Amino acid sequence: MNILVCVKQVPDTAIAIKLDAEQKSIDRSELTYVVNPFDEYAIEAGLQLKEKYGGEVTLVTMGPDRADEALRTGMAMGADKGVHISDPALEGSDTLVTAKVLATAIRGLPYDIVLCGKVATDDNSGQVGPALAELLGIPHISGATTLEVDDAAKKATATREIEGGFMRMEVPIPAVITAEKDLNAPRYPSLPGIMKAKAKPVDKKDVASLGMDPSSVGLAGSKIQPMGMSLPPEREAGRIIEGEAEEAAKELARLLRAEVKIL
Amino acid sequence: MMRNIWVLAEHTDCKLKRVTFELLTKGREICAAVGGTLCAVLIGSGVESMVPDLQKWTSKVWVVDHPSLENYTPDAYAKAMTTLFEKERPIMLLLAASSNGRDLAPKLAARFDGALASSCTEVVMDGGRLVAVRPVLGETAFVRVGFKSPLQIMTVRPNVIPVAEPESPSNGTVEKVDVTFDEKDLRTKVLEVTKAAGKVELTEASIIVSGGRGMGGPENFKMLEELADVLGAAIGASRSAVDAGWRPHSEQVGQTGKVVNPTLYIACGISGAIQHLAGMKTSRWIVAINKDPEAPIFKMANFGIVANLFDVVPKLAEEIKVMKTD
Repeated sequence: MNILVCVKQVPDTAIAIKLDAEQKSIDRSELTYVVNPFDEYAIEAGLQLKEKYGGEVTLVTMGPDRADEALRTGMAMGADKGVHISDPALEGSDTLVTAKVLATAIRGLPYDIVLCGKVATDDNSGQVGPALAELLGIPHISGATTLEVDDAAKKATATREIEGGFMRMEVPIPAVITAEKDLNAPRYPSLPGIMKAKAKPVDKKDVASLGMDPSSVGLAGSKIQPMGMSLPPEREAGRIIEGEAEEAAKELARLLRAEVKIL
Repeated sequence: MMRNIWVLAEHTDCKLKRVTFELLTKGREICAAVGGTLCAVLIGSGVESMVPDLQKWTSKVWVVDHPSLENYTPDAYAKAMTTLFEKERPIMLLLAASSNGRDLAPKLAARFDGALASSCTEVVMDGGRLVAVRPVLGETAFVRVGFKSPLQIMTVRPNVIPVAEPESPSNGTVEKVDVTFDEKDLRTKVLEVTKAAGKVELTEASIIVSGGRGMGGPENFKMLEELADVLGAAIGASRSAVDAGWRPHSEQVGQTGKVVNPTLYIACGISGAIQHLAGMKTSRWIVAINKDPEAPIFKMANFGIVANLFDVVPKLAEEIKVMKTD
């Protein structure tokens, strides 16, 4: 089975974000980068499919040179190889352009299933998976909390959370499935895995080798135009309600009625 | 050409959701600012009863009613939308940033090569230009974006737009559109839908009672459920409570869980890790109950109680119950 997993390297948001002097974008000088947490569930799902059906897990990423680290992390977990699309012309691409670039690269590869994270924690758009499926002309299920793939019957069954419940859906494969947190527990890269990952092949692609027009990608090709950033207003610490538990509970109830006006 | 601004009506059990009226409120505001006609799109099976409510807000209600649309699937809904788009190309489409809205919007953006801003928390006019504000980087920053496309699509978070009054009486026209589905429009099959009856959905809840590691174990959440019951609240949980297996992931609030926007968020035994704060800091009011006075959650709580939550929570529930029967 040919399993493709789209991965993205994202800033580690466990660290507080600062803006640059112009307040246009984030100050990248103090950032550390990790594999998008939701993509780790997708990688794990891909490795489990490989263990069941054999074949290969190929990671596909679009990003600057440092995104190679994300591929190496996924390969240390057990993925076989990587495709790294990197080009200065891609800078500023919105999520639809990203999906178009990934779709162009993926069309040239053999695949039975494409796995992605449900959302990237940096951009928070959740757009790439469903857009990619549309561009590839295949169905998708987003936010899968369970996934079973039947290679013989060429179908995938997944559960996704909806408001107030769950929905179990079935699609013919190839399909795009995006992973939600509950899908699995991603394995840690092993030390031999990390050593082996260094030697695994990564196919480097740029805009020209994908046959794309540079004006159709990057900021120039994007329909969403960033106009600036801001940090959320600091919340001020409020009032600590003093007193014993019973007294404090009583005072809180009073405040919920008098000030929050919710009772 | 008519400048049509469309709102996709979100509904459940033949009732329009509050977020639909939030979108209509915003849609009306945008029409007033840029000129245009507000239309609602109602898709589903047996949805007619919801038409009059939408007519009060709009010039036109487009209805696609078909058994294949009983449950949301990206294929079937996209086919319905495509049929409507071909009749009359809207310049703007507003959807809820719900599980379905966030699933459908990118598919439509890719199909029609439109600009999509997802999970917006604000949509404002800036010098005659429409600007969407959306949180990024785990809610630690907001980015302002403009659109460069004849088709602009936005998904908007529930609970961020206060609902206005409809312009009733209205005589919005209704147009039913027939859609023929073939096999390739229905590749996604729904096998089963399970819904917890009477449960308040986290992302739509106006009050949330949330528990963290300080709850000590799954059995103690019963206490929170009792408080939630008297408040009509939804239950949330921190990542550590979910990772410990005390609560399902569907209740997790935070970066790898849900982002919530309630009027009131009561955090019990939650210290306030940055990833948790990311999921709830836009709550209008925050209450923290924690025995550790140094817990970061107190830095953003409007009201804090430094005490053992096992003493406070039952008392609070009792007190509120008494107040409500007054």
